[in-house]
Amino acid sequence: MMGRALLRRIAPQLVILAIVLALNLMVFPDFLKVELQHGRLFGNLIDVLNRGAPTALLCLGMTLVIATRGIDLSVGAVMAIAGATAASLVVDGHHFLTAVAGALAVGAICGIWNGILVAVLRIQPIVATLVLMVAGRGIAQLITGGTILTFLDPGLIHLGAGTIFGVPTPIVIWLALGTFVAIFVRRTALGMLIEAIGINEASSRLAGINSKVLLVCVYIVSGLGAAIAGIIVAADIQGADANNAGLWLELDAILAVVIGGNSLLGGRFSIVASLLGAMIIQSVNSLILLSGLPPEFNLIIKALLILAILVIQSPKVSHLLYILRASAPQSARKPLPPLKEGQR
Amino acid sequence: MSIRSALLASAVALSPLAAAAQDMTIGFSQIGSESGWRAAETTVTKQEAEKRGIDLKFADAQQKQENQISALRSFIAQGVDAILLAPVVATGWDGVLEEAKDADIPVILLDRTVDAPEDLYLTAVTSDLVHEGEVAGQWLVDEEAGNDCRIVELQGTTGSSPAIDRKKGFENAIAGHDNLEIVRSQTGDFTRSQGKVVMESFLKAEGGENICALYAHNDDMAVGAIQAIKEAGLKPGEDIKIVAIDGVPDAHLAIANGEMNATIELTPDMAGPALDALAAYKADGTMPPKWIQTESRLYTAADDNQAVYETKKGLGY
Repeated sequence: MMGRALLRRIAPQLVILAIVLALNLMVFPDFLKVELQHGRLFGNLIDVLNRGAPTALLCLGMTLVIATRGIDLSVGAVMAIAGATAASLVVDGHHFLTAVAGALAVGAICGIWNGILVAVLRIQPIVATLVLMVAGRGIAQLITGGTILTFLDPGLIHLGAGTIFGVPTPIVIWLALGTFVAIFVRRTALGMLIEAIGINEASSRLAGINSKVLLVCVYIVSGLGAAIAGIIVAADIQGADANNAGLWLELDAILAVVIGGNSLLGGRFSIVASLLGAMIIQSVNSLILLSGLPPEFNLIIKALLILAILVIQSPKVSHLLYILRASAPQSARKPLPPLKEGQR
Repeated sequence: MSIRSALLASAVALSPLAAAAQDMTIGFSQIGSESGWRAAETTVTKQEAEKRGIDLKFADAQQKQENQISALRSFIAQGVDAILLAPVVATGWDGVLEEAKDADIPVILLDRTVDAPEDLYLTAVTSDLVHEGEVAGQWLVDEEAGNDCRIVELQGTTGSSPAIDRKKGFENAIAGHDNLEIVRSQTGDFTRSQGKVVMESFLKAEGGENICALYAHNDDMAVGAIQAIKEAGLKPGEDIKIVAIDGVPDAHLAIANGEMNATIELTPDMAGPALDALAAYKADGTMPPKWIQTESRLYTAADDNQAVYETKKGLGY
């Protein structure tokens, strides 16, 4: 995607993010202050980037899965399984890199499982991934033995709570992986092939795309993203909490993709917009915490803000905005760009 | 705790009641194993029964009331001497409890109570959630006597009864002490990770140096908050005093390491008092009170928390 086209695609997300950040600034004037404290960047903005890491990592895979007209409900449970695997491996005395490799392998296996159910057995994605969503926490419980499995391995803890040049490690991980995936799908034909499957799988198969392999691959990417998120969450609290790690996070990830302007009906997608969606959700969470309102209001505030964001993005409202802009005085009007094929 | 139980156990063994207790068969219907505490309660109940030479028949209901009711019916059919019941919900027990009463089998409720006529069960052994909050608040009142202290509170899951009652108890205890003030209160959902996230925002919103104490509705959130405090470059337990509730092994470890100041134990030993009451009832018909409140013991740095940690570690928490 060219620079200007990308900017136009993500403009609504940037505006919304700016508005939510401004709301944060209103309830807490020091919101934007970032300082170096004990060799670690410290500030609310850093918290938003850091705490948004699991959702950001989940929505990388989720965006690709949704682009194929699928959905992956199992990512929260896969996080719990991966965290439990990593924790139990280091507790058994393995090197932390072995533990990370083990957790990634487990994430990939979960992705292959989902992918086979969807691509080979042709089960609807929402049902296919529901299986692992329900069973996954049980599997994680079996691995941890029903307790919060704590560990003290400094290497593993560093992935969740450490810093690289003062920047918390989770931020570095999700920014690096996000950049890699976003560039990789656009610099190769992969992104277009994925979109083709989402728009019309039968005709894309007739056009020579191996849709089965590609479908399994996107679910593997989703599983791997979930595994990394699971490792980070476990490392952050120095323990694998099978009951709570990643609980309901699949919904946040789906929401991030939707806020990113991607259609649940598949087709065109933007990784960058989804990542911005994840940051918008985390900024909303931050706003709730900083507001100091009683916790009974948490979910109401979140729901209202999300509703407002989705209404602004709805086709009717954007059409209305388009008309308003078009009927503005000639001097204030920019020439309208020609509508590109496939653009919504 | 272990010394007290040991004394009780030997007292039971030496008394004439021993003969009655020796060949008792008791059914225990447990909710399931949804939390570490629940697993520890199961372990301790089995230990307490074994200590008294009781044959314990254990049934895990996996969070389902219908499983508990069928377990109770099968205990009644087997003609057990008594039934221990940790009810998963409060309502819907009248029918099966009447069946037990008709069969002359006393039922003792553990950890939670039910909405049923009082004559349908012998007694209920539970902790007092409000009292737990009061013990936590009183500890802070004594600790910070005369000092101005701005408190942040990590609440349990919004709307859950432990969150409501532990908040109420704490507020009762600090009421009238103008030097103590809760400045921020937010839910951490009883989990470590949310405890850490919310504490991070407290530290930024108030400034770490302006927070004198943290009250968390459970130990898990406190353990998460300890990490957030450390990452902010402050010393948990010194710069910010920490008191929480439950007495899980990791909290005892944190107190032993000087990173936490106090925890109020929600004892997993509900069966000990229950079995003592039952033994007295079986021996000479002594009716226990309808509610036996378990001790909400305060653990501080003055206790040997390392030893408590070692004992509790194996209980399945």
